[in-house]
Formats: sequence, structure tokens, C-alpha cells
Amino acid sequence: MIPEIGHFALILALLVAIVQGVMPMLGAARRDATLMSVAVPAARVQFALVALAFGCLAYAFVTSDFSVANVAEHSNSHLPAHYRFAASWGSHEGSLLLWSLMLAGWGCAVTFFSRHLPQTLRARVLAVMGLVAVGFLLFLLATSNPFARLSPVPAEGSDLNPLLQDPGMVVHPPMLYMGYVGFSVAFAFAIAALIGGRLDAAWARWSRPWTTAAWSFLTLGIMLGSLWAYYVLGWGGWWFWDPVENASFMPWLAGTALIHSLAVTEKRGAFKSWTVLLAIVAFSLSLLGTFIVRSGVLSSVHAFATDPKRGLFILAFLVIVIGGSLLLYAWRAPKVGLGARFEMVSRESMLLVNNVLFVVAMLSVLLGTLYPLLLDALGLGKISVGPPYFDTVFLPLMAPVLFLLGIGPLARWKQSELPALAKRLRWAAGVAFAAVLATALLAGRITLGAGFGVLMSAWIVASIATDLAYRLRPIGPAPVSLWTRIQTLPRPLLGMMLAHIGVAAFAFGVSMVRSYEVERDVRMQIGDRTEVAGYVFTLRGLRNVKGPNYDAVQAVVDVRLNGTPVALMHPEKRNYRVQGTALTDAAIDRNLARDLYVSLGEPVDGGAWIVRVYVKPFVDWIWGGCLLMALGGALAASDRRYRAKHPRDAAAPIDDLTATTTGTRPLEAGA
Amino acid sequence: MKPRHRRFAWIGAGLVALGVAVALVLNAFQSNLVFFFTPSQVVAKEAPQSRPFRIGGLVEQGSLTRDPNSLTVHFRVTDTAQTIPVTYTGLLPDLFKEGKGVVAQGTLGSDGAFHATEVLAKHDENYMPPAAKDAIDQAHRKKAMTMSSMSERQP
Repeated sequence: MIPEIGHFALILALLVAIVQGVMPMLGAARRDATLMSVAVPAARVQFALVALAFGCLAYAFVTSDFSVANVAEHSNSHLPAHYRFAASWGSHEGSLLLWSLMLAGWGCAVTFFSRHLPQTLRARVLAVMGLVAVGFLLFLLATSNPFARLSPVPAEGSDLNPLLQDPGMVVHPPMLYMGYVGFSVAFAFAIAALIGGRLDAAWARWSRPWTTAAWSFLTLGIMLGSLWAYYVLGWGGWWFWDPVENASFMPWLAGTALIHSLAVTEKRGAFKSWTVLLAIVAFSLSLLGTFIVRSGVLSSVHAFATDPKRGLFILAFLVIVIGGSLLLYAWRAPKVGLGARFEMVSRESMLLVNNVLFVVAMLSVLLGTLYPLLLDALGLGKISVGPPYFDTVFLPLMAPVLFLLGIGPLARWKQSELPALAKRLRWAAGVAFAAVLATALLAGRITLGAGFGVLMSAWIVASIATDLAYRLRPIGPAPVSLWTRIQTLPRPLLGMMLAHIGVAAFAFGVSMVRSYEVERDVRMQIGDRTEVAGYVFTLRGLRNVKGPNYDAVQAVVDVRLNGTPVALMHPEKRNYRVQGTALTDAAIDRNLARDLYVSLGEPVDGGAWIVRVYVKPFVDWIWGGCLLMALGGALAASDRRYRAKHPRDAAAPIDDLTATTTGTRPLEAGA
Repeated sequence: MKPRHRRFAWIGAGLVALGVAVALVLNAFQSNLVFFFTPSQVVAKEAPQSRPFRIGGLVEQGSLTRDPNSLTVHFRVTDTAQTIPVTYTGLLPDLFKEGKGVVAQGTLGSDGAFHATEVLAKHDENYMPPAAKDAIDQAHRKKAMTMSSMSERQP
């Protein structure tokens, strides 16, 4: 009964989404307030219905109702309860339902946080989101009904893929989807602006918090996925340039370009058409990511569907959305206009370089991801593009981004002087070179990569410190207290600084791991020891353990540094009973300076095991940096002035990047 | 220089930089493409001798041996028509099993053995890497064709 309610709610949601997509759009065209007012209740009702459907599916999973085919195929009664719940989105059908739920959720959020928007704009935004929802709900109902019943009812389910039975997998997909789907709001704003022909600073200010929030979720989602790959796949890598990872990374690159371009559009009214195009691209890449991952074109744990009907549907949907919006763009973009002019050395020009580099990076990932698929689809042979390609391309593209990140936030809008900038940043440059020297002395050796990474991270942090010190300087004869001055710093500014410090931490972690990590594969018997980077690993024992749905061999590994015990680690080799699959569960001992990583390979003759041991310096900084970026985004998006009630309040630009917009004293000329 | 000329100079410099970037990307792309060959193609000497490529097929039953003193393993990959010996040093993935699908990347040695630098296995019990499946399908098709041509010749 419950699954039927869910199915029925889904059908109703589709009908409501059609109403939400059509009526407000008509109303906005005819200036009919009654038609437009349908948008808000429709979006809320649609969310309630999709949430009900999702609740029904989750209920079927948690209560192990194996009469539902989806549950029987992806769950098992021996699975712990939280994994049974997470299994609701472990399947193709369930993950699409989750996607629809997120979409309806973002739409619902727009109805609550956009009371200050002009009615036509709000109606159009919600209508576009409704139309996207129609596509997804139609797809679910027509090709991938998550509530399809099974007859006869099996006694037991066939279990969730063991790789997905992990706390990280409970959180990773919802976060990633929040990001993917969140770009639909930016997309809807862009389409609404194209239809209305009105794109100004106010428009940019309204769509900024949504874009930043979506970007934060996407950052978090990618971070969790990378963390999961690090400890679950068992081989210590954190990024593989796998097509599935690329699928989430491309919208991130486009989204990063978009949030920077939106800043220019809001502050200076420039880059207007470009911003709109980026919003379309970011969401199109989210859809493309869904297509790549969900259609079964890839050979990976993510590819659940191998049904060509589904692939064709998504492809058609993709063509309609991307083709339609690009056509609209080509037709309407001249109306939107290019925006204000700026000089060659200015914050605009630096953000332009940032945008160009991010877009080129995105295109190079796109090339490496899609080209093999295209060749295969056309029957021209099978190829693969390896990580060396992405490494070779990415480093030179990101190097100038990191360098400019130290300068851009200090440059003035419209026009800036290079000598003055250089003078302000001379300390930062000094600190950066000193940091490289210190690293070389401490580590005893330095590589080009490590040197560059340290140089850039110290440069970025020192430049932010310079900026902060300037902003917090006492002004006038009777300056207010430092604490008061700190409190008056706008949240978007702090968010930006936090995110940029995250970039520095990320760059530092990556360069350290790449340069100083030590890996060793050894054959170990009980009592054997091996030394890696000063740490002595001793295999103390092996024992059999029984998990809720797996059997495992667990090793006890004792780690000492200079004779003092550091950690006792328990790597496991698991065998999941239902599917009979093996899984390597690595043991990791973390701290801020290094990770110790031990995983069991396979048993060999004489009771020995092949063991892989890593010492990875500063690897956690990679994810820590991502976390800071996401937090920075959240902080920036939470600024209340983005949701100002009165247009008059909103007319004063939010000073998130510099104090120089409104012409406070010209510091570069005089300082 | 007039501002307009300066602007053109900047735009020109930007375009040149972009052109160089694109050239570098395409060059890196070209040199990092890894092609896929079936064991039959390798035996027919269609695979390159110097550059890395991928082979795919099934791990032949009973072919897996391990050096007693090192981490080197030997196994044979078959597409049911032809077989290629493979050596690999390191840890095999969890899902690597005899009789199951596998894809390996590496170079062909002068001894005719494939020296793998990377071994990828299938992801679950029922799933086979598309490349491995393709290799077997191709071999089957060839076999069927030769058999039908043979039967045609027999009166």
C-alpha cells in the first residue's frame, strides 16, 4: 500500500509541476498577476508531494519491503538500518527520486527567500524550475519507476554494493545532488533574465547567494566523494580523474567561474552575457554529469542503468534543455548587453583571466572525459585518457590562478596601478619565499612541485593577511575598538577570505602529498617489520572477525616512531556474504601533519600477507581546504543584505570585495 | 601608443596565450591517449611496440602464479581465441579472479609478454568491463565467420 501511495504522489507531483511550469510563465508574459501567483503554492505543493514519495520509498527500504523490486535489488535485511535508509538512493531509480526531491526543495526554498523579488521574475524563476522538474519526474515515471512491484516476492534482498556501505556514502550523494541541483536556481534566474530582457546589478545580487550556496554544497559533495575514495577503495589515492569524478568536477569548475563572474556583474554591471552563459553551462554540465553517471555509459560502480531507453530519454532531455537555453541565449543575449568598461589592470581584468582559465580547465576535462565515450559510441575504437593528461594540463592552468588569487582581491575595480599593487604586496612575496626556504630546511629536500605549492599557499595567506590588516587599520583620531572593526567586516568578504585560505590549504596539501609521500608494498608474516619514512610497522597478529553482513580477516599492526608507540592499526580484508565480494578496509591513523595508511592486499604462501603501507604528509589538508572553501561559501551566502526587503536597501552594493568601490580614499595612489 | 592600440595589443597577447594553452592541451591529450587491443589483435601484431596500451579479456583459469620472493604475479589474458601472458608487480584489485574479466594497461615486451603497470578488474559479480566483453565478442564473431566460410568451402 505504502509504495502505491508513493507512486501516486509522484504522478500528482508531475501534474503540479506542469502547472508550475506553464501558468506562471504565461502569466509573466501577459502581466497577469493571478496566473503568476500560482507559482508559489505550486512549488510548495510539488515539494510536499515529492517528499511524500521519497518518504514512502525510504520506508520501504527501512522496513525491507522486498515486494518492491528496487528494494529487493539494492537492500538486504541484514544491512544496518542507516545503510538501509541510504540504500534508498543507492539505486538508479532512488537516486533520481532524490534528485527530484532536491530540485523541488530548492524551488520551495526560493518561494520562502525571495519575497523581495519582482513578481514577474519570481514567477519565471519558479516556472523554469517547474519545467526542469517535469523532465525529471517524467523520466522517473516513464522509465525508472522506483516503486515497481516484484512478483513473486523474494525472501531476501540482494544487498547493497559493499563499496557503498559506508558512512561517507550516506552523506556524499545528497550533498553532491544539492550542489548539482542547486545550479538549477542560477539557471532559472539566467533563463528568466533572458526572457525578461532585464539583467542588472539587482538581478546578480539576487542570484548570487543561491549560486554560492549550491557551489558550497557541490564542494562539500566532491570532498566527501574524494574522502570516500581515499579510505574505501583501499589504495590511498584521493583523486583518480575517473569519468565519474570528472562529471562532478566540470560543473564545479564552471560554477567557480560563475560565482566570480557574478561578483563582477553585481559590482560593476560588467560580464553580463558571460555570466548568463556560465549559469547555463554550469547547470548543463550538472545534467551532463547525471547523464554520464546514470546512463550506464561508464564502467564504474556508479553506472546502475544499462537500459538504452533511459539513456535516450536523458539524452533527449539534455538536448532540449541545453539546446533550448543556448538558442534562447543566442536570441536574447544582445538585449542583456555586455556591461561597463574597465582598464587592463583592474579587478575586472583579473577576474576575467580567472574565468578564462577556469573555463579552459573545464573544457580540457570535458575533452578528456567525452572524447573516449564519443569514439566508442561511433564505433571508432576504444581508448582511454589517463591521469597524466589531466595532470599535465591542470597544473599549468591552475598555477596562474593561484598567483592571481594573491593579487586580485587587493586590486581596485575599474582601474588599478601595478606599481602600487606591487608595493602593497612586497611583504607577502617575502613571506612566501621565506616559507619555501623553511620547508626546504625542515624537510631536508625540496622538489619543484613542493616549492611551488608552498610558495603559492604562503603567498595567498600573506596577501589575505595584508588585506585584512589594511581593512582593520584604525581610522581617524578616535578609532573604534578592534573588535568593533572586526564586526563591521561584511560576511561575504570574510567568506571569500575563508574560501581563499581553503584554496591555499588545498594547494599546500596536494603539493606535500605529491612530493613527500612514501609508499611501500611488502610481504609480511606475523612478527615481520618494515620501516617507512621513520615509522616502524610491525605485524603483530591476524584474526577473524564477524561483521553484521561480512566476515573479515583483521591484522593488528603496531606502529612506532623512534621506539615510542604511535598507533595500533587494524586493517581488514572483508568478504560480504550476500554478494560474495571482497573489500579492502584500510586502517588510517590521522593527524594534521600526516596520515599513516595500512591496507591488506592478499594472502600468499606461508601465512604471509601482502601489505601496503603509506605515510602521507599533510594529506588531510586537501579535504580541510575543501571544507574551508565550502564554509566560506556558506558564510558569504548567509549575508542578509542579499535578501533585502526593499529595493532601496538593495541598491547600495554589498561591499564584499573591497572598500574602494564607492571611492573611499585612493589607497594605491597615496599609501 | 593610443589606448585603442594598447587594447588591441592586450587582446592579441590574450589570444596568443589562449592559442598556446590550447596547443599544449591538445598535445598533452595526443600523447596520453591509451588505445585498447584484444589479445587476438596483439597476436596479429596490430598493437604498438613502444607505447603503452590496454588489453582486455578473461583471466585464464589456472594461469595465475606468484613469484615466491617478490610481489610479481603472472597470469594469462584470453579472449577465448588467443592468449597473452601478462606480468604485473604489485597488489591485485579485490575483484581480480581467474575466469573473470580484466583490463590491464602496460607495454608489450620483446619476449611477447605484456608488462602491466595497472590492472583493473570488474566491479561486481555480474559486471564485466565493457572493453573485456568487447574483446570476447570480437573473438567469437571472428570464429563464427571463419567457421561459416569453412563450411561454405565444404561441399
